[in-house]
Amino acid sequence: MLLVLGYFLGLYFFESAIGGLVIALLVWGIMSLVAYFQGDSLLLAVSRARKISRDDNPRLYNIVEEMKIASGLEKMPDIYIIDDPALNAFATGRDPNKASVAVTSGLLAKLSRDELQGVIGHEMAHVKNRDVLLMAMCAVMLGTIVILAWYATRVLFFSGMAGGRRSSKSGDGGGQVIILAVGIVLIILAPIMAQIIYFTISRKREYLADASSALYTRYPEGLASALEKIAASPVQLKSANQATAPMYTVNPFRQQGRAASNLTSTHPPIQERIRILRAMSGASLADYDRAYREARGAKAGIAPTSALALDKMSGAAALRAPSAEAKTAEESPQKIERARETSDLMWRLNDYRTIDCACGTRLRVSPEFRGDSVQCPHCGRTLSIE
Amino acid sequence: MLAVYIVGGIVVILLIFFIATYNGLIGLRNQLRNAWAQIDVQLKRRYDLIPNLIETVKGYVKHERGTLEAVTKARNLAQSLSSGDVGARSKAEGELSSALSRLLAVAERYPDLKANQNFLALQEELTSTENKISFSRQYYNDSALNLNNKIQMFPSNVVAAMTGFKLGEFFEVKAAEEREAPKVKFT
Repeated sequence: MLLVLGYFLGLYFFESAIGGLVIALLVWGIMSLVAYFQGDSLLLAVSRARKISRDDNPRLYNIVEEMKIASGLEKMPDIYIIDDPALNAFATGRDPNKASVAVTSGLLAKLSRDELQGVIGHEMAHVKNRDVLLMAMCAVMLGTIVILAWYATRVLFFSGMAGGRRSSKSGDGGGQVIILAVGIVLIILAPIMAQIIYFTISRKREYLADASSALYTRYPEGLASALEKIAASPVQLKSANQATAPMYTVNPFRQQGRAASNLTSTHPPIQERIRILRAMSGASLADYDRAYREARGAKAGIAPTSALALDKMSGAAALRAPSAEAKTAEESPQKIERARETSDLMWRLNDYRTIDCACGTRLRVSPEFRGDSVQCPHCGRTLSIE
Repeated sequence: MLAVYIVGGIVVILLIFFIATYNGLIGLRNQLRNAWAQIDVQLKRRYDLIPNLIETVKGYVKHERGTLEAVTKARNLAQSLSSGDVGARSKAEGELSSALSRLLAVAERYPDLKANQNFLALQEELTSTENKISFSRQYYNDSALNLNNKIQMFPSNVVAAMTGFKLGEFFEVKAAEEREAPKVKFT
């Protein structure tokens, strides 16, 4: 789609503006090359991450190594820590053999081992699925289309005048006008379309990474409760900017009390991700797919069908029990309770309805949800909505 | 003349299919071997960690001789079987896991031990190694499944039968009690 838009614009202006097109393509080429070869180090430098070795933080190193093994990556990624109280993490690197994972110090301090494992699993999934490269290339493509459109407006302005002179001589002004109109519409729409597509791809990949993380850890609850903690944390990451946003686990620009689900968001709403993870009955991609479809009321799933077909036959991806730590380290329930209450309030503000199930689970129903009953992910009771 | 082209075309397509499938099978088999090597690395790491752990714990838990000895014995048995077949080995490793879990449960009762930095570091290493073992086993079994599916399903089963591929063996944990990883607690 991006290609077609870019191509159409290029084609249309090729005759009248070779110069502009060449410049735009040149810019695209340079941007791609920079993004390809320097993207990871640039990103790490911008976010002020410092590299750590095994001895600096054996626990983090071990967890990353565990996830490296679970995902079947060949090479251990570099590990970076960002000194920031915000809770977030990102992965970068153009191919799985040259990857880096960065986490904030706040994340290290606040999350339990299982939760951290879920987050790292999510990042490793980005590495394994080559999302970093995909998103970098999409971002460059988006930038190029914006530049192309910008050039096109300039060129159109000048060639419009030139065309007017020509048509008055040759006398076929009608065709010119139509092409001009199509061109103008495209120039306006292309960047918007490109952005929407970019954000859609980004959100899809986030869901896929969640699914893969559950598959690697065989414990979706870890990532779910990590996301819950992250959602409850009010601190924003200082060193993030618009360009680096899609790389993070959760959108660093998330603002409390504002609807997170819209077309121009790089990340799916956190509560929805948590709900899908909690609704999983197994840990395979097929299980995530089912939970995703139920939660969204969507027909299309998230995982590629070929992976699902293979997955169904195995059915081997059973959930595992929480690690011993999670059972013993029951940390201050009041604090969690308070965080939950606050987030409940936030979701009510966004028209999310809450339903209390007899088993003690509180469900949140998105305003987009169609249908008048919902199944409790914990006990399986069918609950009617209002 | 046309018939020659058609037959030739079919032969070429079949040849390409054969080569592609064969290479795919080789790739899966290598992945399986690599996954096995990964489990091996982690199991060896556990053998190395246990003597250190015993040394550290010994001074604190004087009345738990039996538990310590059980761990040492299970470790030595597992190590001696490390060149054996998958089945025998996974059983021995399962026993080592449960012996370790008993030791770490015992260690819980000694507050002095839990304050020991050396012990805490070992505990983290052991938890992680235990996780790595189960993750590498998980990956190994997934790889075995992929290979077995390829070998048994049409049309790749034809190629597999012609070139004599063997089914991969799953690394299973035998008894229910062995499923439990050592309970390492952080307090």
